[in-house]
Amino acid sequence: MADISHPDAPAREDTAMPPTSRRFRLLPAAWADSDLWFSFRSHPSAVFAACLLALIALTALFAPLIAPQNPYDLAALELWNAELPPLWAESGQWPYLLGTDTQGRDILSAILYGSRVSLVIGLASVVAALAVGLTLGLVAGYFGGWVDNIIMRAGDVLLSMPFILIAILISAMATAALPAGLKGLLALPILVIAIAVPSWVQYARTVRASAMVERRREYVQAARLIRVKPWRIMLHHILPNTLTPVMVAATLNFGLAILSEATLSFLGVGMPPDQPSLGTLIRVGNQYLFSGLWWIVVFPSVQLCLIVLCVNMIGDWLRDALNPKLR
Amino acid sequence: MLAFLIKRTANAALVMLAVALLAFLIFRFFGDPVEMMVNEQATQADRAELRERLGLNDGFATQYLRFVAHAAQGDFGISYRNQQDVMTLIGERFPATFELVLVATVISLVLGIPLGVITAVYRRSKLADALQIGSIVGVSLPSFVTGILLILAFSVSLGWLPAFGRGETVDIGWWSTGLLTPSGRAALVLPALSLSTFQVTLVMRLVRAEMLETLRTDYVKFARARGVPAARIHWRHALRNCLMPVITLTGMQIGNLIAFALVTETVFQWPGMGLLFIQAVTFVDIPVMAAYLMLVSFIFVLLNTCVDITYAWVDPRLRDDTAKAGGGNG
Amino acid sequence: MTPKNLALASALALATMLGGAAAQAENVLKWGANRDIGSLDPYSYGDSFTINVLNHVYEGLVRYNRELKIEPALATSWEILEDGVTWRFHLREGVTFHNGNPFTADDVLASLARVSDPASPLKGNLPAYVSAEVVDPLTIDITLNGTYPLLLNDLTNIHIFDKEWLVEHGAEKPTDIGAGVEGYATYNANGTGPFMVESRQPDAKTVFVKNPGWWDTPQHNIDRIEFTPVTSAATRVAALLSGEIDFTNDAPVQDLPRLEAAPGVNVLEGVDLRTVMIGFPFRETLASGAPNPFSDIRAREALYDAIDLELIHARVMRGKSRVAGATVAPQIPGYAPELDSVPAYDPEKARALLAEAGVPEGLEFQFNCVSDGLVNEEQFCQAIAAMWARIGLKPQLDVAPRAVQTPKRTNGQTDIYTLGWATLPMLDAYSPLLQIFHTKEGNAGVFNWGGWSFPELDALIDAAGSELDTEKRLAMETEALAIVKREFIMLPLHQQPMAWATTDAVKQMPLFPDNKPRLWYAQM
Repeated sequence: MADISHPDAPAREDTAMPPTSRRFRLLPAAWADSDLWFSFRSHPSAVFAACLLALIALTALFAPLIAPQNPYDLAALELWNAELPPLWAESGQWPYLLGTDTQGRDILSAILYGSRVSLVIGLASVVAALAVGLTLGLVAGYFGGWVDNIIMRAGDVLLSMPFILIAILISAMATAALPAGLKGLLALPILVIAIAVPSWVQYARTVRASAMVERRREYVQAARLIRVKPWRIMLHHILPNTLTPVMVAATLNFGLAILSEATLSFLGVGMPPDQPSLGTLIRVGNQYLFSGLWWIVVFPSVQLCLIVLCVNMIGDWLRDALNPKLR
Repeated sequence: MLAFLIKRTANAALVMLAVALLAFLIFRFFGDPVEMMVNEQATQADRAELRERLGLNDGFATQYLRFVAHAAQGDFGISYRNQQDVMTLIGERFPATFELVLVATVISLVLGIPLGVITAVYRRSKLADALQIGSIVGVSLPSFVTGILLILAFSVSLGWLPAFGRGETVDIGWWSTGLLTPSGRAALVLPALSLSTFQVTLVMRLVRAEMLETLRTDYVKFARARGVPAARIHWRHALRNCLMPVITLTGMQIGNLIAFALVTETVFQWPGMGLLFIQAVTFVDIPVMAAYLMLVSFIFVLLNTCVDITYAWVDPRLRDDTAKAGGGNG
Repeated sequence: MTPKNLALASALALATMLGGAAAQAENVLKWGANRDIGSLDPYSYGDSFTINVLNHVYEGLVRYNRELKIEPALATSWEILEDGVTWRFHLREGVTFHNGNPFTADDVLASLARVSDPASPLKGNLPAYVSAEVVDPLTIDITLNGTYPLLLNDLTNIHIFDKEWLVEHGAEKPTDIGAGVEGYATYNANGTGPFMVESRQPDAKTVFVKNPGWWDTPQHNIDRIEFTPVTSAATRVAALLSGEIDFTNDAPVQDLPRLEAAPGVNVLEGVDLRTVMIGFPFRETLASGAPNPFSDIRAREALYDAIDLELIHARVMRGKSRVAGATVAPQIPGYAPELDSVPAYDPEKARALLAEAGVPEGLEFQFNCVSDGLVNEEQFCQAIAAMWARIGLKPQLDVAPRAVQTPKRTNGQTDIYTLGWATLPMLDAYSPLLQIFHTKEGNAGVFNWGGWSFPELDALIDAAGSELDTEKRLAMETEALAIVKREFIMLPLHQQPMAWATTDAVKQMPLFPDNKPRLWYAQM
């Protein structure tokens, strides 16, 4: 049951996998001759995915330098240039390589900036969920008792509602409640929270399970006796042992977070049209699907699928590489 | 066992209470139903009066208690938008979503299991590699993109299948089914395919993983050594071993599919609960939103509790609470 | 398990081939609307679209004809009595409701009581009504609160119920959402109109069938209307192209070329009576708390000069709209061509005016638009925001569904907003003057969201509201509209396009400028 996951329910937690003694080695030298690096090099699909993802991430990161236009700058949009097809089509115009949307926004620039939004939301929500999940999981597992009870019951409640539903509700509620002035500024953090809230539980459960095992081990008991601070024990001994399954889950969840953001934006409860993410671009473009303006919806869709595909390929490889059973 | 049962049930009830609080909290601060209900020409006094009659001016605790008391009896009030009893409304929509989810589940098993076996048995072949890549692509395609593509191909370009709605339905008691008419079945094909894309890959990957493990077990090796035909080993003995996890997964995923159906239903204008919910979000139809959230959570909790209880029944070790914490409550 | 799956799979495959094979001899019109009606009760919900659709089932005492002139319907004639405030209506003989009950003055009385009930969301549609009295079974007197010229216009939209039926099902009062009970009339209908309701599933399908006993000579040949809401514009287009629907009253403007080019699809387009406008706040401060520069007329004028109306017309509205300088459409009584002049696009002048008015560079304000509102609203709002950005302002575009935006607009939690006004069902300039431009007090100025007050304007509107001489009244209304224009209270953009589309199955489908489908004039 270890290798399944779903966009709207964190996978069944990964207890079938015993905590391995292998850890992520962070030093470049150690990394270079590790098993992991070897495995990576021998998987061309993983290498390809990593390169493509790096390219997408770099172009997104440096979008302001690369993009022909700043799609957020309303004053730069020229309605006369609206609905131009891609450059290779008959009436395409330089510099609108992939054409323009109905506002005269350059699609390529919108995709670069949109990928940035999608990647940032995906990354930030995974980091936030990790931070909250690991902390709460450690605390719950280490201290047990009522602390554990409260944290895990709260997790139960979250897991008893479908992921996508929680995200829709948080996002829609926040957008409705906020004054318009703040809405644009806070749209991104809101989405990060909306996606992170239902996903921390998975990490917390994984870490808690291993914390509960570790705290009974003799070395922890010994460390306690000599009054080593609890957070030191947690951080230095318990956490590293759980990192492997957590990293695999986090990678796969990164892809899911991007998909979730796109879904929310597609349903109209995500990023607003003046700061489009890839999902927003697809939602807006979908209205023109039958009008012959296919480029408005097709290119962002392709980019979105590419990003998620790359992340999933890397996640898949990572899971197989770290799963001793499949070696 | 009885103690475990009681404990599990009580736990589920507590979770539902918390869901109710959360639902209530969210809805209390979300939009303004009064604006949706009054005439454009209503005066401020009219609005204030309606607000009073709806009980929107009462204290927080009063409103919550009223909500829970009514919800426990299945009474979520009257939909602001349709002016119909909410449970009746959801009851009318439930068959549409259920049939969609059912057919999607069937498709996922019919396609997922054979594909999983093939990728496991011929794991070094080109076909398996292609299928593996296909499965990653399947997971990476957002379901709304799949839906749009299916509509473009099969409805607009080829004109084979309808792009929206349920087609002709037949009423059997209170249940309206689209499975008995040609147009109802035709209308079901694209949404069910779109909803099942993800589930197919999920089943396929699970079957593959379980098969790989089973194929390494001693009894399969013995069977091979004894000269049992490979097909018989793979499709009967080994596959039978993987079915339990597949059934568990399928059962637990039903709740997820019901929730995720709201995207599919939006794309295909499928008149199910999900579409009702999305429309309720747009219209700030609070009673419908509350009822939907509670109902879907209830289905979720019910399925999870059943799975837990079944597992505990099969494996007594899991009745101990500490062990359960690591067990299957996903 | 497997054989069953196989059976189902082959059933699915079979369904693929058999889909849509059923043929019917009668004329069935499959109507794909952009949204569902709210209820079967025309009084339950102050919503024009619901009332328009239900007009196929229910009728009023008078109605608009093909030329949008008022003509007798359930009443055959009327006169104003000597006191000047009581109107006597003579009712049509021999009309029956769908359930066979005869139509009498008691039915009118019960309907008027129901629509004017304090809990009725439609009571604002009959603002002058005080009471009614049955004179004899086919005569009824309606008393108003003063001389009022537009009673007939109001009555076109007040549908008549059967009293016996209402009493029998306990539905004499309008559906009261606050009471938390379902209303019988929400799911059941019994009118006098050309069609009867056969079945209804909210959001899925409502079926109307021809009323064989209709009092009027049918000009349609439809036996059955299957009304299905298809909210997604793209899906609606796909459904029309594949013949799943025969008619839609909302074909997306951007898809018209494709629909026109498609074989077997006909597009009917025209310009709606609905004028799209932009409104200003007149309060002390903006929603952000900053001082409000828009109470200065120069700032309002500057924002108008900065909008390239022709460009929006050409690009966003795809040349289908009518650029407007007046706040009412040309067909509306009270309109005057000299008020319809459009300012030239002049960003330089706009900048100068802003500087003169002391508006700071980079001023931030909210621009409130509705995502499920006017035609291409999200797009023209984005375009206008971009044009204002070009004269150095920082509009913060706020687009959300109507349910979310309306409270902000009525409570003054936003700054600049959009509004579309078609003057329906009154079809007179008095409608926007009273409801939008009048100072907010009582029944007046309900849509005066900016909080302005022009005493000179109010006086004219009030005088027009009790003037029975049509010519004099319209002159006053025109004068009032001139003040609106001079003061830049609201900025008219365009009359929005309307587009219907039918398949070849529909032979005749008259399009009306009020955008109201009247299928009792349709031929298949």
